[in-house]
Amino acid sequence: MNYLEVFRAAAPEAALAITVLMVLTVDLVAMRGESIERRFQAGALVSISGCLMAALFTFTHYGQTDPLNGLLVVDQLTNFLKLVLLALTVFTVLISASGKFTEHVGEYLALVLLGTIGLMLLISAEDLLMIFISLELASLSLYILTAFNKRNARSSEAALKYFLFGGMSAAFLLFGFSLLYGLSGSTNLAQIAANLAGKGTDPLLLVAIVTTVIGFGFKVAAVPFHLWAPDAYEGAPTPSAAFIASGSKVASFYILAKILTLGFAGAEGSAVWHGYAAGWTSVIAVVAALSMVLGNLTAIVQSSVKRLLAYSAIAHAGYMLLGVLANTPSSHSSLLFYVITYALTVLGAFGVVTVVEEATGGDALANFAGLSRRAPGLSLCLLVFLLSLGGIPPLAGFIGKFFLFSAVVGTDADHLGLLWLVILAILMSAVSFYYYLRVLKQAYVLDAAENAPAIKVPPATMCALLLLAVLVVLLGCVPGLLTRSL
Amino acid sequence: MLAWTIYISFIGVLALMLLPREAARAARIIALLTAIAGCVVAFAGAMQQQNPGEVMTIVKVPWIPAIGANYFLAADGISLVLVVLTGLAAIAGILFSWNIETRTKEFFAFYLALIGGVYGVFLSFDVLLLFVFYELTIIPKYFLIARWGSTRKEYGAMKLALYSFVGSHLVLIGLIAAWVVARAQTGHATLDLLELSKVSFPLGFQHWVFPLVFVGFGILAGLWPFHTWAPTGHVAAPTAGSMLLAGVVMKLGAYGCLRVAMVLFPEGARMWQGEIALLAVIGIIYGAGVALVQRDFKFVIGYSSVSHMGFVLLGLATLNTIGLSGAVLQMFSHGIIAGLLFAVVGRMVYDRTHTRDFNDLQTMQLGRLLPFAGVTFVLAGVASMGLPGFSGFVAELQVLMGAWKVFPKTTMLAGVGIVVGVAYILRAVQKAFFSDSEERRAPARHGSSGDQHAGTVSGTPMEPISVPERIGAVMLIATSLVIGLFPGLLLDWIQPCLNSPLFERLLKGGSL
Repeated sequence: MNYLEVFRAAAPEAALAITVLMVLTVDLVAMRGESIERRFQAGALVSISGCLMAALFTFTHYGQTDPLNGLLVVDQLTNFLKLVLLALTVFTVLISASGKFTEHVGEYLALVLLGTIGLMLLISAEDLLMIFISLELASLSLYILTAFNKRNARSSEAALKYFLFGGMSAAFLLFGFSLLYGLSGSTNLAQIAANLAGKGTDPLLLVAIVTTVIGFGFKVAAVPFHLWAPDAYEGAPTPSAAFIASGSKVASFYILAKILTLGFAGAEGSAVWHGYAAGWTSVIAVVAALSMVLGNLTAIVQSSVKRLLAYSAIAHAGYMLLGVLANTPSSHSSLLFYVITYALTVLGAFGVVTVVEEATGGDALANFAGLSRRAPGLSLCLLVFLLSLGGIPPLAGFIGKFFLFSAVVGTDADHLGLLWLVILAILMSAVSFYYYLRVLKQAYVLDAAENAPAIKVPPATMCALLLLAVLVVLLGCVPGLLTRSL
Repeated sequence: MLAWTIYISFIGVLALMLLPREAARAARIIALLTAIAGCVVAFAGAMQQQNPGEVMTIVKVPWIPAIGANYFLAADGISLVLVVLTGLAAIAGILFSWNIETRTKEFFAFYLALIGGVYGVFLSFDVLLLFVFYELTIIPKYFLIARWGSTRKEYGAMKLALYSFVGSHLVLIGLIAAWVVARAQTGHATLDLLELSKVSFPLGFQHWVFPLVFVGFGILAGLWPFHTWAPTGHVAAPTAGSMLLAGVVMKLGAYGCLRVAMVLFPEGARMWQGEIALLAVIGIIYGAGVALVQRDFKFVIGYSSVSHMGFVLLGLATLNTIGLSGAVLQMFSHGIIAGLLFAVVGRMVYDRTHTRDFNDLQTMQLGRLLPFAGVTFVLAGVASMGLPGFSGFVAELQVLMGAWKVFPKTTMLAGVGIVVGVAYILRAVQKAFFSDSEERRAPARHGSSGDQHAGTVSGTPMEPISVPERIGAVMLIATSLVIGLFPGLLLDWIQPCLNSPLFERLLKGGSL
């Protein structure tokens, strides 16, 4: 084992870890006694430069390497995904920078960065142990981030709920992983698949599959393991919710697809119409269908925009699971396209909610009334984000759906066996249009109260939101920019 | 060159967005200039096209190579007809919404965005691109109605948006399935309409995918029983909104049925021909019958649109040259006439009287107060009935001739629809403009309260019909007359298309 090689492979994460310490030091030592706003600015500056540093390291180390036999695998794809995660973190920090929800600025930013480190390690992991450790690093940071608004009881409640559910899902995951290890005698994913090959579908393997799916089902908030999501999204400080919805989604989906396709190769089963066979695809198919239906139908009746986004996240998790279960190279790359564009879009949407919440004191639908007059730029961004989530062309969300659905149908071109899932997904996405339009109706059609003042958007947030909106439009019109990296 | 119709519209949107909030007059002028420029480009481009039967490529650059999508704009004669219609309707709509005072610039920005999307649909020869433009029209439609509409505007707008969205999603399912099957068959991914039209999809596949796509587009064309968005949407919309809805947006649906569903799945079309014709005729009779008993002036026109679009669908169902060319002609003709009818009801009458209820209108003697509106409505009405000399006559005659050869019994029923059409127009003319004297005396009998009511209307002189309205009305009537007298102008564009290779498979069974 060459330690220099290990260090070079882990350079981006190491850079971020140093940044964490620096953020804490700067905030505790230099910025004592400054206003929260100034402290946030200083901390954001340090964190963002740390992220840029880490991004630089991922760029310079663009080769393929696997120095620790699966613990830390680096190739072009993981590097690209790490860049995406870093970008999402930068946007999250920019959105948080105007927040007034906490006075523990250094700790907040440090936790965001720690979460990012966990997610980045997760992307590089091809070993059950490493997957579990990095997942826990990310999750623990997210639990605390959820609880960060100490003045709000709902924030603590949400965090506790998130933590309990998360802990349980971790237990399920561990249980599944231990079974896998017992069956195959290895923790390396490729090794597991090789050792399991030819053994058929052992009942124990099925249990391992189900518990793994349950464990990740919690992480990606798929029905019926979604119950924490609406409360966590609603109670958490909005920038934290944005981070949970964006960065952690990207990494979780990537690793879920990796475990299922690498580790459970040979136990796919089948989810095609009239050809159902036990295996992981059939389990995922059920979870996906339930998520799409329940997420979309429940979102219709929400009056809090954050809850609405939470249920829409559940529905989107359902669409994305289709990409997982189709299990072809094209479906995987379209899954990544989808989850990346989704993360950018939902981050933007939460950014708009953050601003509106700060200005009007709530995130109910009525708080968005007349937004187009009170903050034209902001509401234009909201329009772009929500329409993209709803799948209106030519925005990124539509192209993502088209890629994903056509890849899923294309896996069984002769019999169109997975078409039933795609039909369900498309009809449900038609339903989703209704609730996104409800929010936009508030912003564009209804009028604000008589003397409602214009909303001042902090410049950093506005820049971040505009950039995100431009990205969403650009990736919709020229998807080639992203697809060539996947 | 024709592609500039799209670009000009969106440049207009940008220009309007940059205007200061108060500049209502400037917004109107910019919108009008944009629409005129679009129309001029449409005409010039149409004149340039030497052979309308051939699909002339305007732009073709790779867009998403991975799935075979191109940015492919092109035009054949059918596109030309509808592009020209869009240009005319756009100008007319702006002339009739000259009096929009609230949020003028936003209104016209949404309006031009809608127009740009419509041009895009008519010029796209890449299925995905067509779909993109098709969905792009939904959002401006929604906001135009929900923000500037009248009766139950939010309900009407949401209903329209959801119907369109569900319809377009049915189409999306069909497109994805077709793309996958075509890729499996030919070995390479393509979304090019011309290439896809050469693929012979398996019969069993066409059997279920054709109705999906046809109904998906047909929802927007007012296909019975999915038409119910149309009356509520038309009534809720502001005048320009209903003019565009009836004038061009419903044509998007019919165009999609023809261009995508029927061209890609010709055998499917043949399998379902009878059912479509039946639904079309039910639409014709049902729309006309319901229009006959409405109390709301605008609902009469709303349901008449359903009825007239039934002729378009009947024409499509014939699958022969004469029926199809009639259908396209009817799209053009109805676009002009329905726009005019909505202009009279929404702008000339409702904006001045603030009522559309026949019982109120009867007491107002509008025929005397607004003679221009009366004359315009009579002319538009007779054009709508299908009086020879106007465009509606030629179009419906062709549709019926085409349909007679294929389904004579159903066609006879469609004739009933025409008769009822005459009845509801005459009833509307009589009730709204030329009510008899007995009704007029009624307020006097009831004494002071009635007097007061009548006094507010006849006492304060009504705002006279403005110049933009006159120009718009004359323009539309003239167009309908010209096409009615010289249908060859458009038929020379339409018929060569139908004999082109694109329609060969569709028409080989039933051509004349």
